[in-house]
Amino acid sequence: MKVLALDSSGLVASVAVVEDDGVNGNLLAEYTVNYKKTHSQTLLPMLDEIAGMIELDLNTLDAIGVAGGPGSFTGLRIGSATAKGLGLALDKPLVHVPTVDALACNLYGTERLICPLMDARRNQVYTGIYEFRENRLEVLLPQTVTDIREIAEKLCKLNREVIFLGDGVPVYREPLTERLMAGQRFSFAPAHLNKQRAGAVAVLALRYLREGKTEKAFEHRPEYLRLPQAERERAEKERAKQENGTDGRS
Amino acid sequence: MSTEKDIDILAIESSCDETAAAVVRNGREVLSNVISSQIDLHKLYGGVVPEIASRKHIEKINQVIWEALDTAGKTLDDVDAIGVTYGPGLVGALLVGVAEAKAISYAKKIPLVGVHHIEGHISANYIENPDLEPPFLCLVVSGGHTHLVVVRDYGMYEIIGRTRDDAAGEAFDKVARAIGLGYPGGPKIDALSKEGNGDAIHFPRAKIEDAPYDFSFSGVKSAVLNFLNGCQMKGETVNRADVAASFQKAVCDVLVDHAMQAVGDYKIKKFAIAGGVASNTALRAAFEAACEKNGVKFYHPSPVLCTDNAAMIGAAAYYEYRAGVRHGLDLNAVPNLKLGER
Repeated sequence: MKVLALDSSGLVASVAVVEDDGVNGNLLAEYTVNYKKTHSQTLLPMLDEIAGMIELDLNTLDAIGVAGGPGSFTGLRIGSATAKGLGLALDKPLVHVPTVDALACNLYGTERLICPLMDARRNQVYTGIYEFRENRLEVLLPQTVTDIREIAEKLCKLNREVIFLGDGVPVYREPLTERLMAGQRFSFAPAHLNKQRAGAVAVLALRYLREGKTEKAFEHRPEYLRLPQAERERAEKERAKQENGTDGRS
Repeated sequence: MSTEKDIDILAIESSCDETAAAVVRNGREVLSNVISSQIDLHKLYGGVVPEIASRKHIEKINQVIWEALDTAGKTLDDVDAIGVTYGPGLVGALLVGVAEAKAISYAKKIPLVGVHHIEGHISANYIENPDLEPPFLCLVVSGGHTHLVVVRDYGMYEIIGRTRDDAAGEAFDKVARAIGLGYPGGPKIDALSKEGNGDAIHFPRAKIEDAPYDFSFSGVKSAVLNFLNGCQMKGETVNRADVAASFQKAVCDVLVDHAMQAVGDYKIKKFAIAGGVASNTALRAAFEAACEKNGVKFYHPSPVLCTDNAAMIGAAAYYEYRAGVRHGLDLNAVPNLKLGER
């Protein structure tokens, strides 16, 4: 089995091809770029580049894995639309890999808790809590969007050593170190492991594919974990209207 | 034409709030034209919400493309090129169509042709008018654009007039909201105007000094709002149909007046309209009469080809394709793309 994986959920654009070799899988190619060019301009040329390098016939793929969210709304849609277009053209299934799960997967084998932090702005992070148990990624807190203080509180209660990673680390490193995780044992993952990597998306995609957890290309949609602002504001207005018995306008 | 191979283009359009795909043969024959409209969703907000539009595009795009191919009785293996709108429009919305089109083009090795949205609107006229060929003058009027364009040749445009402020369709939407008609304003004002008197209230017709083909619609919009305010202060009931009809007449008068002056100045005998507002019945009637009076042949697309659709993108893509235009895997969405820019 062979899987192509895409991740354009954050600042990083990443593509990888992993094949199942009957053991732990074989990474044929991975291309990861963290540079200011937009994913719309980079993602497909990157795929084209690695496909050329490994003489990949796209028709031999068994599935297309995609980091399905959370993440930058636009970034997610570039990845999703690319995966959907490939799926439609090649008649291949898609595998929706939760972005935060894939990030956690970077830290295979650690005995510590894994806490990915993706900057979600407005003092919030896309995050979750994970650990490897008998070499398998287990989810203690499924990916969610929450205040940085809340996730830190949860980790303090668990009282175990933690590794943080993700593009939220540079944003929240100081408050975590100075206040929120005071007295706890924790560290930050190094450069080669601390951002999205399509290799990790591919590893999880391969696992889901074996478990039959695929979706048709037309069914796929990103998991944003957040409503559009306009929808949120409208819901708030509706709620105020019901509570006050007025139309919510002043 | 009979000795040449037919060129079938799969076209994709997602620049605003319609997810659309079509298969068009030789730029003129529509084999399928599928539009998934989100209008009911955006009505709740009184206008298009970009993030909601983008989310809907990604949900719908594969079904829409599949349906377009299926209706046309084609598979991707039959398609000679993929045309996709890459600007102007909402960037998040455009990106869905662009990324999808690029992926399909790459996976199936089908040439990719990026299309300017307005070029698409203009080209909608080719579909139902087999005799229409450049040069001609075209007025593009929609919620986002008001352009007077000399179409010199296929793919060669000279913009001779444009709006200085609001697009004509934008003015329709704003006035519709002010008189309580809701979104989208164009069709609602059109319908209500039929019950009103267009000469009941005189709203201004803006002229711009030294730029005879340019437009300005913020003045007429403000005049309507002031009129409504005045009535409210005096406690007078407003005849909404008269307001709608008088506003619509003021806008149509300006559009017709400028276009007919350009037709005369440029000595062009063919005139076309395009864009969402081109389906306005009063505007069509006014141009019908003015063109006849000036001895000019008048062209217009049917309403389904006036609003955003992919058939028009397929028509435009065909002429770009024939001119040798090809885009690469790094094609990006360009929200403020200029007409005639590549």
